[in-house]
Amino acid sequence: MIHSLFLINSSGDIFLEKHWKSVVSRSVCDYFFEAQERATEAENVPPVIPTPHHYLLSVYRHKIFFVAVIQTEVPPLFVIEFLHRVVDTFQDYFGVCSEPVIKDNVVVVYEVLEEMLDNGFPLATESNILKELIKPPTILRTVVNTITGSTNVGDQLPTGQLSVVPWRRTGVKYTNNEAYFDVIEEIDAIIDKSGSTITAEIQGVIDSCVKLTGMPDLTLSFMNPRLLDDVSFHPCVRFKRWESERILSFIPPDGNFRLLSYHVSAQNLVAIPVYVKHNISFRDSSSLGRFEITVGPKQTMGKTIEGVTVTSQMPKGVLNMSLTPSQGTHTFDPVTKMLSWDVGKINPQKLPSLKGTMSLQAGASKPDENPTINLQFKIQQLAISGLKVNRLDMYGEKYKPFKGIKYMTKAGKFQVRT
Amino acid sequence: MSAAPAYSEDKGGSAGPGEPEYGHDPASGGIFSSDYKRHDDLKEMLDTNKDSLKLEAMKRIVAMIARGKNASDLFPAVVKNVACKNIEVKKLVYVYLVRYAEEQQDLALLSISTFQRGLKDPNQLIRASALRVLSSIRVPIIVPIMMLAIKEAASDMSPYVRKTAAHAIPKLYSLDSDQKDQLIEVIEKLLADKTTLVAGSVVMAFEEVCPERIDLIHKNYRKLCNLLIDVEEWGQVVIISMLTRYARTQFLSPTQNESLLEENAEKAFYGSEEDEAKGAGSEETAAAALPARKPYVMDPDHRLLLRNTKPLLQSRSAAVVMAVAQLYFHLAPKAEVGVIAKALVRLLRSHSEVQYVVLQNVATMSIKRRGMFEPYLKSFYIRSTDPTQIKILKLEVLTNLANETNIPTVLREFQTYIRSMDKDFVAATIQAIGRCATNIGRVRDTCLNGLVQLLSNRDELVVAESVVVIKKLLQMQPAQHGEIIKHLAKLTDNIQVPMARASILWLIGEYCEHVPRIAPDVLRKMAKSFTAEEDIVKLQVINLAAKLYLTNSKQTKLLTQYVLSLAKYDQNYDIRDRARFTRQLIVPSEQGGALSRHAKKLFLAPKPAPVLESSFKDRDHFQLGSLSHLLNAKATGYQELPDWPEEAPDPSVRNVEEEDLSLIETHVGLLGEYTEVPEWTKCSNREKRKEKEKPFYSDSEGESGPTESADSDPESESESDSKSSSESGSGESSSESDNEDQDEDEEKGRGSESEQSEEDDKRKTKKKVPEGKGEASSSDEGSDSSSSSSESEMTSESEEEQLEPASWRRKTPPSSKSAPATKEISLLDLEDFTPPSVQPVSPPAIVSTSLAADLEGLTLTDSTLVPSLLSPVSGIGRQELLHRVAGEGLAVDYTFSRQPFSGDPHMVSVHIHFSNSSDTPIKGLHVGTPKLPAGISIQEFPEIESLAPGESATAVMGINFCDSTQAANFQLCTQTRQFYVSIQPPVGELMAPVFMSENEFKKEQGKLMGMNEITEKLMLPDTCRSDHIVVQKVTATANLGRVPCGTSDEYRFAGRTLTGGSLVLLTLDARPAGAAQLTVNSEKMVIGTMLVKDVIQALTQ
Repeated sequence: MIHSLFLINSSGDIFLEKHWKSVVSRSVCDYFFEAQERATEAENVPPVIPTPHHYLLSVYRHKIFFVAVIQTEVPPLFVIEFLHRVVDTFQDYFGVCSEPVIKDNVVVVYEVLEEMLDNGFPLATESNILKELIKPPTILRTVVNTITGSTNVGDQLPTGQLSVVPWRRTGVKYTNNEAYFDVIEEIDAIIDKSGSTITAEIQGVIDSCVKLTGMPDLTLSFMNPRLLDDVSFHPCVRFKRWESERILSFIPPDGNFRLLSYHVSAQNLVAIPVYVKHNISFRDSSSLGRFEITVGPKQTMGKTIEGVTVTSQMPKGVLNMSLTPSQGTHTFDPVTKMLSWDVGKINPQKLPSLKGTMSLQAGASKPDENPTINLQFKIQQLAISGLKVNRLDMYGEKYKPFKGIKYMTKAGKFQVRT
Repeated sequence: MSAAPAYSEDKGGSAGPGEPEYGHDPASGGIFSSDYKRHDDLKEMLDTNKDSLKLEAMKRIVAMIARGKNASDLFPAVVKNVACKNIEVKKLVYVYLVRYAEEQQDLALLSISTFQRGLKDPNQLIRASALRVLSSIRVPIIVPIMMLAIKEAASDMSPYVRKTAAHAIPKLYSLDSDQKDQLIEVIEKLLADKTTLVAGSVVMAFEEVCPERIDLIHKNYRKLCNLLIDVEEWGQVVIISMLTRYARTQFLSPTQNESLLEENAEKAFYGSEEDEAKGAGSEETAAAALPARKPYVMDPDHRLLLRNTKPLLQSRSAAVVMAVAQLYFHLAPKAEVGVIAKALVRLLRSHSEVQYVVLQNVATMSIKRRGMFEPYLKSFYIRSTDPTQIKILKLEVLTNLANETNIPTVLREFQTYIRSMDKDFVAATIQAIGRCATNIGRVRDTCLNGLVQLLSNRDELVVAESVVVIKKLLQMQPAQHGEIIKHLAKLTDNIQVPMARASILWLIGEYCEHVPRIAPDVLRKMAKSFTAEEDIVKLQVINLAAKLYLTNSKQTKLLTQYVLSLAKYDQNYDIRDRARFTRQLIVPSEQGGALSRHAKKLFLAPKPAPVLESSFKDRDHFQLGSLSHLLNAKATGYQELPDWPEEAPDPSVRNVEEEDLSLIETHVGLLGEYTEVPEWTKCSNREKRKEKEKPFYSDSEGESGPTESADSDPESESESDSKSSSESGSGESSSESDNEDQDEDEEKGRGSESEQSEEDDKRKTKKKVPEGKGEASSSDEGSDSSSSSSESEMTSESEEEQLEPASWRRKTPPSSKSAPATKEISLLDLEDFTPPSVQPVSPPAIVSTSLAADLEGLTLTDSTLVPSLLSPVSGIGRQELLHRVAGEGLAVDYTFSRQPFSGDPHMVSVHIHFSNSSDTPIKGLHVGTPKLPAGISIQEFPEIESLAPGESATAVMGINFCDSTQAANFQLCTQTRQFYVSIQPPVGELMAPVFMSENEFKKEQGKLMGMNEITEKLMLPDTCRSDHIVVQKVTATANLGRVPCGTSDEYRFAGRTLTGGSLVLLTLDARPAGAAQLTVNSEKMVIGTMLVKDVIQALTQ
């Protein structure tokens, strides 16, 4: 299956290589560099590149290309999914996944990769098991290790791999038993010029942080499970129970994990919490253009909209912009032509706006397209779909855990065409 | 360059972020010496006794490997530490070893013994990791060792070790493909494994080693389907993709009835009488009729696969979802494929690489099944932030989805896309508009007008692309569009893109009669700029000139000649050739008049309009979701997706033996509601026939499960109907719920470890009950009343079968055979023998069957002797070879008689009992062309000419298993049918008892130490602490002879394997309070390990 893995940074250096079968020369990456050059932008590098003897499957995350080399037919998603799992694992281990961090922890990285694949076939990919095998480095442990000479490799053997609940490590103990669930919903929307919604849908996830002693068996029920149109589960969720009773029943992994992701279909009218008024115009004759946008709240259920940022890719013809925001800060990068405006909170009494002029390239004809505006925002304590958790129960253990549920709505891919 | 590596190496594992050099040549210049020195330093660290120094050194070495530097010269120093106590050092040494062993084969061999020791470790995880590293060392010399280790691990008690064995199989195969046959045996064995841990890995090994051996899957098909949901994600992907291929070879196409449906609907319209008559007739001729005529009924196994994969659409893993999606696309009836759309659309929220792959597959699917994705049209709308490759794929999907009703919205979307800043994307959009225009006649004019407007766009690329598309559209209806052609002609002055210029020229040439005044003028202009044009434009200029010359030679003759002479001296030979060719054609000369008369026909023939097709049109001949599909080219190792068979292969091959069924039954039984549902899994054959008699529309019912359709009588049908209605059927109805119970049960099993084990126990005990009921003499080790029960069983059976009694005596005859060889000693020591086991040795000759029967009666009265003497019988009682349902009335059982086979001493003699429970005589029973693994041979039994209904017969055949537990597969043929059957010997049957003295035993044991010794500790339950029970149980499990022994708490047994004649020595050392230690010494390690396993199982149950 997966033959080798190369990690390549944005400047085209291979800074880590790992082989699970015979060594594949790193010159195979030349094909990748070729494709990279052709693609101009990193996201446009095709994820699958055929070469005479190998196939290169790559994933681009955190400014690093993870390039897997394979030799024979294998479902491409299998490899891509695995590579993403590798990145997630690194992130889980080191907090961030970046080139310097990987270089600093190269031995741990290598040990983790060794455990994740056997002869190119995934072996242990659950982070709970991996952490049992190889402990993630923490500052404290690094200090202790240097003094005492102890190691990051777990002493005990990975019994988790043998258990019926492979995602949960055994012998978990906490003094404070707590379980937190974050219901996070993202609105994906395309709004057209006139402000009407072209498409809008809600994608939600329930991210959990469960720190419970022993082998707890949890059930989570919703007030309105019918809302959920399409769901996908962490492997710990008992599917049949959901099918029959619409209840989530599971033995949770230890620590952070994504319990559920769901989709609320476009058929249910999605409430759009913000609107954008815009007036962007280029004139043929003059080299100046007018630019004005205002952001305001729409259907927010009485909650404040926070963390608003507006970004827009301006046309190439725009040389510079002189703008004044009524609140927040803005920047315009004349090289990438990227305008970004950090608005902050929206005060319904005094709507934030950004006004000013654009200077265009002299002599060039006016650009025939208007930029699209991308919006980011957050609303705390609100799940825009109206989803509500009914109750959470625990079986199998005696103690009483502390339970918490948090709701949040965010903008996903929220785009306003102008 | 020279300073940099030294600097970074000093820092060792924590290489600085700004490190500049990569893959330098260590042997270059001054660096060489410093490199050497530094490695000396590492060597020194590795040689110390301090673990911390070793660790530090190993970390630095691994960091070097990670950066792709050569550290192979440290090999000797590193390998020494392979047995280091510190786990992390050890692990890093393994990493190093696996990386460099290939280059330093001789030195690598030094480490092998460590792993061999590890393979024997009592801890399963250490055994697994030893096997993992051992099999990763790519050194051809150790192939035999690896083979042995794999075989042994494949029968390990721990599923985790077995999983590792499955992983090791492809490794060994890639190292030495000659081992294929042996590896297939291991794969076959592991395929039969019932744990979820192993399933994924072994199917992966199957796919890599022997994907063509689809016959290995038959017996495991249902098990794999049922386990699927609990297998880990990666395994699921592999299994699903393999099962897709399997289903394509074994089941009938579910879509074939759709065409039939239409046909029938038509028929019904014309008259029902005729139809009825036909229906009645078809029933009679059903068997002989063409397969297409038969109403389609889905095979229950086919349904099982579809049903069990469906929940996996909810997986968090995109790879699993895609795998299920392709399975449904390739296997499900049209009406059911729709369910995958939602899940695939969900994946579009994922990372862009995932989107890329999913969109490619959606694009292919949306051509065939447009309706499936239509409700999700808006999910494919493009955002300005999408990467270009995603945009283009989405566009492809949108175009495929466009139809009469949604085209206005789609076109409105396209309009916004055209104003995008991404020019590649804009070009693709214009192409897409062109395709919409050709496919949907209604909007052709709108599209054309829109495209013409684009001609005044400021961006040249947009204009050029529009021209190309307009050209294609105009070809469809040129007459009405003279204006557009004129407009295009004007553009030649401005457009520089060669493709666009060429397109315009071609258009003018083709339709010059619509623009008679402009065309010559364009040619004039082009002639002027001819030399400066691109090749593709030049060719079109020649083309235009030729066409004009033919239609309007008065105005253009000179121009044409001018152009042709320019072309004659062009640098490009294509153009020169074309010019010469054209000249010969159009300018009439003396010789070649023949062609030029037809020149007009040649140049101005009406040309068919081009069809604008998706580039994804025929991609679905590749299995979706595969790499080959993505690349639209066959990748190495791609397995073709076979076409549906014309006629379904024998479904009975998937029928499993009793044991598996009983497992399923207890599974259901655990919930307290024993249902007959699992029954269908084994009698699909009979159902099938019944189902076939049903009208074709039963397919819709078939969806709700095969049990319903199994019974064709109206009563049960109504029953099942009411059942389904009472259960709130959310699309899946009654019979499914049974299966759900079962699944839920499994779900519960995952609940907690303790629960699981408890349940396991229950399952084990329960399992025995149906077995005991189903077969007259199944193994009931562990039941206290074994003596009495087996007694009664035996009497009943001995009445039934004539030959059978001989087998009860199997303990004696072999001894008589092997006794002469060791006669002296054994005779001497006979006194020492404990009575129960030795006595039977005395009858020397092979007893005739009738005598045996007499003896049988005698021994039965002797109550003290019975258990030890006859226990072997109950140990390996009748095994089923062919169930009467699968065999269509013919039931076949077999027993290992433990007699020496008369023809060949190396053969195990097997008694085969046939009984005919059908109502027609079965004729010509014989063994047909066996397909045997290497080494195994069969002595067939003489043909049984006829077996009347209700009658039974017995035959003896000999099988040389070659000292392995692989199954002997052969065909059992009757005059009309062939059945594939297989006999797998328990390891204990592969040997014959040997008699020896205690001293001799000890001597032989001394020779078989080390690797050849396998020791295992166990607890003897209260029920089997007495002498004779222990002896009985051991001899029941293995065909071994008791060896006298001085101490009372020790039991010794000896035997020889039949084929190889290697000694097998077994010692059981019982200590007070039930603790015991079992030791087996044998050259054949595989046999040894398996024997230990079997004996322990027998003793502890």
